[in-house]
Amino acid sequence: MWRVGLVFGAVACFLSLAGLVEALHARWVVDGVLSAGQVLVLAVFVASGWTAAERSGWTPAGRLGAGVGSGATTGFCVGLLVWLAAHVNLRTMFINASPALFALLSGGRPPGEAWVGAVLAGGALGLVGALGQVAPSGLIRPVLVGLGAAVGLGLFQDLILLILQPEGFAPVRDWLFVAGGGPTARGAAVLFVISAVLAAVHPALRARPTRVLRLSPRVRRVFWSLVGIALLAALPLAGGPFVAQVLVIVGLYTLMGLGLNLEVGLAGLLDLGFVAFFAIGAYTVGLLTSTGEHGIAHWSFWAAVPVAVLVSLIAGVILGIPVLGIRGDYLAIATLGFGEIVRLLVLSDALRPWLGGSQGVLAIPKPVLAGFELSGPQHLYYLTVVASAVVAYVAWRLQDSRLGRAWMAIREDEDVAEALGINLVSVKLLAYGLGAAFAGVGGAIFAVMVGSVFPHSFQLLISIQVLALIIVGGMGSIPGVIVGSVVLIGLPELLREFGEFRFLVYGAALVAMMLLRPEGLLPAAVQRRELHVLEEQAEPALVAGRDAAAEGGS
Amino acid sequence: MFPARLSRTLLLVSVLAFVLGSGSLVAPAAPVRVGPVTDEWGVVRVARGQPIVIAYWLVVAGPDASLGIDSRRGIELAIDDKKTVAGHPIRLIGEDSGCNAEGGTTAATKLAANRQIVAAIGSSCSSEAVPGAPILCKAGIVTVSPSNTAPRLTDPKRGPEYACYLRTAHNDLVQGRAAAQFAYHVLGVRRAATIHDGSPYAEGLANVFADVFKRLGGTITSQEAISPTDTDMRPVLTRIAAGRPQLLYYPIFIAAGGHITRQAKEVAGLENVKLMSADGTFSPDFWKAAGEAARGMYHSSPDLSVEALGPKYQQFLEKHQRKYGEKPLSAFHAHAYDAAMMIFAAIEKVARKDAQGNTYIGRKALRDALFATRNFPGITGTLTCNPYGDCADPKIAVYQTISADPAKWNPGVDPKKVWSMKR
Amino acid sequence: MTEGVGSLAAGALRRPALRRLNFVDAFLWAFRLAVILVVVWGTVGTLRLGRYTGEQWVDFVVFGLAQGGIYALIALGYTMVYGILRMINFAHGEVFMSGAYTAYFAAAPLAASGFLNQHPILSLLLLMAVAAAVSTGVAVLVERVAYRPLRRAPRLVPLITAIGASFFLQYAFRGLYGSGFKAYPEFELFKGEWQVLGVGILRTQAVVLVGAAVLMSALYQFVMRTKVGKAMRAVSEDKDVAALMGIDVDRIIVLTFAIGGAAAGAAGVLYALVFKQVHFFMGFVPGIKAFTAAVLGGIGNIPGAMLGGLFLGVVESVGPALFLDGLGIVAPYQLKDVIAFTMLVMVLIFRPQGILGERLAAKRA
Repeated sequence: MWRVGLVFGAVACFLSLAGLVEALHARWVVDGVLSAGQVLVLAVFVASGWTAAERSGWTPAGRLGAGVGSGATTGFCVGLLVWLAAHVNLRTMFINASPALFALLSGGRPPGEAWVGAVLAGGALGLVGALGQVAPSGLIRPVLVGLGAAVGLGLFQDLILLILQPEGFAPVRDWLFVAGGGPTARGAAVLFVISAVLAAVHPALRARPTRVLRLSPRVRRVFWSLVGIALLAALPLAGGPFVAQVLVIVGLYTLMGLGLNLEVGLAGLLDLGFVAFFAIGAYTVGLLTSTGEHGIAHWSFWAAVPVAVLVSLIAGVILGIPVLGIRGDYLAIATLGFGEIVRLLVLSDALRPWLGGSQGVLAIPKPVLAGFELSGPQHLYYLTVVASAVVAYVAWRLQDSRLGRAWMAIREDEDVAEALGINLVSVKLLAYGLGAAFAGVGGAIFAVMVGSVFPHSFQLLISIQVLALIIVGGMGSIPGVIVGSVVLIGLPELLREFGEFRFLVYGAALVAMMLLRPEGLLPAAVQRRELHVLEEQAEPALVAGRDAAAEGGS
Repeated sequence: MFPARLSRTLLLVSVLAFVLGSGSLVAPAAPVRVGPVTDEWGVVRVARGQPIVIAYWLVVAGPDASLGIDSRRGIELAIDDKKTVAGHPIRLIGEDSGCNAEGGTTAATKLAANRQIVAAIGSSCSSEAVPGAPILCKAGIVTVSPSNTAPRLTDPKRGPEYACYLRTAHNDLVQGRAAAQFAYHVLGVRRAATIHDGSPYAEGLANVFADVFKRLGGTITSQEAISPTDTDMRPVLTRIAAGRPQLLYYPIFIAAGGHITRQAKEVAGLENVKLMSADGTFSPDFWKAAGEAARGMYHSSPDLSVEALGPKYQQFLEKHQRKYGEKPLSAFHAHAYDAAMMIFAAIEKVARKDAQGNTYIGRKALRDALFATRNFPGITGTLTCNPYGDCADPKIAVYQTISADPAKWNPGVDPKKVWSMKR
Repeated sequence: MTEGVGSLAAGALRRPALRRLNFVDAFLWAFRLAVILVVVWGTVGTLRLGRYTGEQWVDFVVFGLAQGGIYALIALGYTMVYGILRMINFAHGEVFMSGAYTAYFAAAPLAASGFLNQHPILSLLLLMAVAAAVSTGVAVLVERVAYRPLRRAPRLVPLITAIGASFFLQYAFRGLYGSGFKAYPEFELFKGEWQVLGVGILRTQAVVLVGAAVLMSALYQFVMRTKVGKAMRAVSEDKDVAALMGIDVDRIIVLTFAIGGAAAGAAGVLYALVFKQVHFFMGFVPGIKAFTAAVLGGIGNIPGAMLGGLFLGVVESVGPALFLDGLGIVAPYQLKDVIAFTMLVMVLIFRPQGILGERLAAKRA
């Protein structure tokens, strides 16, 4: 239990010194009472107690003791940090070790007193965590959900206020928020209660499906898909242009994710240069439609999209041919190289007369549909949704087609697949080509969304984000791609003001995800089976041995 | 698998219907009347006692954050000095714009969605403003940039979608020309080479310098490019040395600029070359990066010396030191201060009150008032806006580094001001 | 998901199905010819222009070797970990960064007190020790948290955690030390040039090259001669069998990470000696380049990493001037990474086992 306490102590000190606590301190969860920064520190203490209680296999009383001990240890670490800061100038090394931070951690008390206080408070909070571990889960879940909702209200207050802007919402707004400040105590409390109650009754509802109308499954499915469509269509109307803009970005990543999913999720071909195809799609549309100096054709967007898709597809095949025989990590680095080559070429001064170099391709007109210009994010949102739906449909049909089966076969074992008569070359090239084509669609929409294309928009970071989102969502699963891009792209966009810590949390989330749910949030059935088989299975080395045998036999 | 063709068709049809139907979402602009004000772009109503909301969109996170944070501090100091506008307190909100096109798009969209915003200050990087400014214009929000320097943003051909965009930063045409004139006339250099790092800012500035230098009669021996993440510059410097230039102009950023400065003297053939950079490296951090190799090199930059800007800037610096405990991080804090002050003055010009003490600000009226700014006494000089949004009173100076000791950083004295542009 | 490393094109191209499809072969030949054509044409053009003197060509090579030494230093750690675990430790560049960045906070007071220039060698060793300690700590921590639980997961999973860890470390250090950069103090001893065989080489670069060579031979001897090294090689061959032979596989893997980390930390200080600036993003690009270098040399092969690093450095330095100048391409140095990556792809296609060949590649061929 001391070890758990020390680990969490280190975590608390790290979060403080990295500036996260202080940054969140600027956000009220309850105006004037509790800030998000304080919530974060408290959460670390509670988690410390919770984990210690979980790990000690003792009696309930013993568990509570473990929680207290662990929490107190964590408190000791934080107290030590406060005490150190009072005697040594930590700021020469740690830029965020500001007086404000230590004022927050020590509650404004002198260091010695604060240290004792931190140990005591830590013990108490550890006890709370341990109680949570001991108490029946039916009680704990609602409380957690309620707390999550209340903290969410504080974190997303900007967005909520943006949605509540119209004068009609004024009463709700004033009830929930202090003018020009954070959530009111009553707002947070009511939200807590409502979500906790909902979470409490939710299992009961699930257990007894109240079917008002006995409908055939088919009609039900139609009904639900209509509800889904209505929700999708209503989202930007409710959320306004900013929410629509974020959704457009989520949609673009979904398109790319669907494409990469064919390569990685189905065919098992790792690709870290995927942004290249996105860039090719964007540049194709830019060059074909731009009214500026680099425009070559002044086509309409609709005429340029098929060309962009075709160019991306060809690019995918061309990039695919040289790496046909390369596997695994080598493939990762080779494709990463491709992505960088494309970015450097569009940026280069050598190609500047044609591609605009670092100044990019400008003046890309918005698409016009039936005489109406799709200008704002709210219009582009519908374009993106339609494009994503079409691409998702194509991807879904591909998955169950002969080709999809062939991809899965080469993912499992190339040699066996070949022995079964699958033409490796054409199957692989199709995976690269079709994946690239999907990304090309995304690039095309991106070009009209921004209205200009700059090489700097196509960093390696994007390839990595796309790979991460299909992994987090669940490899080889189409709904997984959508969930992944909402979680990894949408949420950080909505929390833009913490931009500095975006990738910190992002990195931690990737690692945590892989440790806790390696199959992803919404895994495909095959993947789920595979991963659980793997847990019992011996080392891949044995499989490799089997391969060698197979090869010898072929 | 899938139930019925029916639902698929329904899906497509309904989505298409929504796409077409969404045409009614954005109404074309017609004059709106709210309270005592009529305005084509809409009116902001600020209730009595409520703050007037000003928004920034600057790069305040990521590797280029010092540029945006520096500008934000300028705005905050302006708010401290001004305290109230038209009888209302001022509230500053803002968005990080990431120093890239899509960051600018998203930040501008978020600001455009907030109908309480009276005016915006931003962006930091020109590549954010290219797609971002039109989004704000569509929402009727006027924006003033403290640090965009790309010529195209205030070009007479910039197009109506930039009608709400102004800047207090100098246009790079001015800085590039000043640097070239200094090199040709003052240093007497006839052969020069340029390096940019692939950023729109550096590439634009290097090209302006090269064009003007050639026009004056000089020779550009080579125009090179590197990546901002490069560390080993010796090969490219060797290539430059083959052209035997007398001066190297590299208007890039601190990290790569530091490497070039350190390594230039180590390359055969460049031992006596004169080094010159621009405002992207005009900071004490650059001296840290370049070390003693920076001694004797030149920087073109907005003239921030006290004799050019007068005692006002001195007071600004004192306040800055008191509030933030450090010297300014970059070159555009004073421009941001002026941008904020200009906006406040324009708001006071167009704000109308009703009997209850609520204030009404017409958006287009505010925009027109800003464009009508004449002889506005700012820190960076006397600002006058032209019809395309250039408001700067560009005082470009050239500084020479004496000590290269970051602790002695004091623009005007060390780095010493050696030349200033004649207008 | 079975991947014997590098099974490969050479093998793949012998397969009947691939032979039937002549268009792939044709494409690869065309690709080869195009590259050769560009190289030859560019070289001839450059030499005809006569823009550079003989000394300048020598300089290009020397600068390239020095930069290659940096790549080699980092690539050694990559190759160690890859050889044992068969995984790209994507976070290796950040391990390198963490040591170099933290050691700055030791270097600054040393320089301020004057100790640094009174005892330069001792100071350098001291800084290396600090950096190695931090980097080792970070590397072991990453292994413990992000890799160990996933040892039996499909290949992609540890790659993703590695990417996650890489991001986390970058931004963690950014949070701790700020987003600006720090600059190491000057070592008076290493200023200026030494003449080696009539060619001037900067002292710092000479130190890097010597450092890389020392590190390489130390690692090589360690892996080849010691008992632990033998255990490492056993684990790299076959984890399960090694475990049956009484080798504590977990311990060996941690040791590998620790040694790779220590090497990265020492490399970080040498890097800072040459380039002076350290910041939170400094590890990323060199990390990718070093991985490329490791592949070029034959991954898993320690002398190969050294050779690959030097080779990559020279190509990046000489390539743009030699191949692209003659084609009349403006600003050729902007395209040096294009050359590096094209070369990487060429090596992967035509000689997947790398320059020095990898003993593992032969396993399945």
